[in-house]
Amino acid sequence: MGFAQILANGMVLGTLYACIAIGFSLVWGVLNVINMLHGSFIVLGGYLTYFAWAYTGISPVLILPFVAALLFGLGYGLQYLFINKVVSAPVLTTLTLTFGLDMILYNLMTVFFTATPRRVSMEFGRLEFWGVAMPVDRLIGMGLALLLTALLFVVLKTSRIGRAIVAVRMDREAAALMGIKVNHIYAITFGIAALMAGAAGSVFAMVFPVTTNLSGVFLGKAFVICVIGGLGGVSGALVGGLALGIIESFAGVLIGPQNAITVGFVLMLVLLIVRPQGLVGVKGYE
Amino acid sequence: MMAKKSPWPLIVMALWVAALALTPVALGNYEVRIAISIAMFTALALSWNIIGGFTGYPSFATAAFYGIGCYVGALAQRAGVPAALAWLAAAAFVGGVSFLLGSIVLRLKGHYFAIGSIALVDISRLVVSSWGGVTGGGNGLNVPLLEGRPPEVSALVLHVMLVIVVAAFLANLLTDRSRLGFGLRCIEQNEDAADMVGIDTTRYKIAAFVLSAIFPGAVGAVYASWVGYIDPTDSFDILTTVKVPVMAMLGGAGTLLGPVVGAVSFVLLEELFWANFLEWNRAIMGAIVVALIFFLPGGILKLDWRAILRRAPRGKPAERKTG
Repeated sequence: MGFAQILANGMVLGTLYACIAIGFSLVWGVLNVINMLHGSFIVLGGYLTYFAWAYTGISPVLILPFVAALLFGLGYGLQYLFINKVVSAPVLTTLTLTFGLDMILYNLMTVFFTATPRRVSMEFGRLEFWGVAMPVDRLIGMGLALLLTALLFVVLKTSRIGRAIVAVRMDREAAALMGIKVNHIYAITFGIAALMAGAAGSVFAMVFPVTTNLSGVFLGKAFVICVIGGLGGVSGALVGGLALGIIESFAGVLIGPQNAITVGFVLMLVLLIVRPQGLVGVKGYE
Repeated sequence: MMAKKSPWPLIVMALWVAALALTPVALGNYEVRIAISIAMFTALALSWNIIGGFTGYPSFATAAFYGIGCYVGALAQRAGVPAALAWLAAAAFVGGVSFLLGSIVLRLKGHYFAIGSIALVDISRLVVSSWGGVTGGGNGLNVPLLEGRPPEVSALVLHVMLVIVVAAFLANLLTDRSRLGFGLRCIEQNEDAADMVGIDTTRYKIAAFVLSAIFPGAVGAVYASWVGYIDPTDSFDILTTVKVPVMAMLGGAGTLLGPVVGAVSFVLLEELFWANFLEWNRAIMGAIVVALIFFLPGGILKLDWRAILRRAPRGKPAERKTG
């Protein structure tokens, strides 16, 4: 495989990774919660898309917004009912709580959807340009992932809700004094994170098979990407995701796909020690 | 705050270990298997207590130590080392590994430490599964079986596990009542302040981390000999790594008997649900974890039993401070 091909594969993977990690990064940065549910949200998004597609035959790209809306409701509800109650507790408490919730969601998914790998198969063939071959469905996935990421960036930058979320991230007390309902913003943030995870799952199901067993893998990716890119915004997740995608792609060719995953984790551990704010993260948000 | 030197934890613990040790004589195979499970998780929860309870570091690395212990024990035994020696070797090896890893990850705090400690589990699993030449990779490893009839083997495993439990309990007790425990509690309350008053926080934290690692290492090795087969997914399980802190919190983290009470309650509950609701087992355990966070934030031992028994006579329930 040529250099350009490996790089292109890495970038496709990287944009998907960015989409996977962005919600996790948002929750960590704004709520200071490590959300163990994140992987299952992604799997849920993937499964919902698959079944909606399999039963109705509607294009998954049109199903995606509905799945995203559903996940937003789920995320908002979970945060409002459960996590908000202990949101300022130490990490041990919040992490354990989200892990408990994840066990419930995971179990529900295995019962209702079974653990069979599912994939929306769209036959679009492949494109070739400059000696790089790429299946069209992957390009669509990459485009969707970039679109979603850009959308979130715009929402955070320009909308009232987005500014309020950023304000709460910067200083919770000051934001509350300015009349922002912090609990409501927390729930919305968590909802948006679930939405992004669900949408990422939708996109993922169009490109790779999705199964419940992947939820731990997705979660692990989110950890690594957040630490590589740093918390504090969309750019961190994008840089982290692309970096991880490209590194894994090259490592997979050089030392074998099994070891490529280890490389990501080791890189994360090294970065945790030498640069905990991440590659593009802002110091003080860690 | 130093705990008062009450003899009760010691007495209760001695009676409890004795009761568990007698199960092979008094009860059947099934009960012995549960007793082994209880002993295993008691040892794991007690070990976690030193880093997570006393020191307040949210460590999720238990499964890494346990899994490395499984593999070191198994590999040593396959190389012809006698079982008992292999178990000790596993404990020692994991102790060394945790010393090295501890000096790296203990520089992190809070969320970053939690993530770093989970990463240790993932990295260990990935290394073991990709290092196929030595560890058998994803196919797992067969471990030489212990000699004897099955009931004798179970009894032996139970008693060895109980020895580890006692050792882990003594480590907790000595930590609790020594300078080390005092230092760790200071770190838990305010690490910077502890550093200022002259506690060598790095050394204390590493000591706590190593203490919390050697017993899981031994438990893993003994478990490997008992079941005769290990593989990476089972040995480095994310469920184990979260279950153990949950057990300690269920009983009461940072107390001597808390992890013991928590491990028994959790294992028994799990057994009950495994037996009756196989399909919903994971969801039920999740619901218990959620309930624990909301209704038992301090653990079973810190419940105000008298207030519950009086059923709030003055109309207003007494407010309990948490944390």
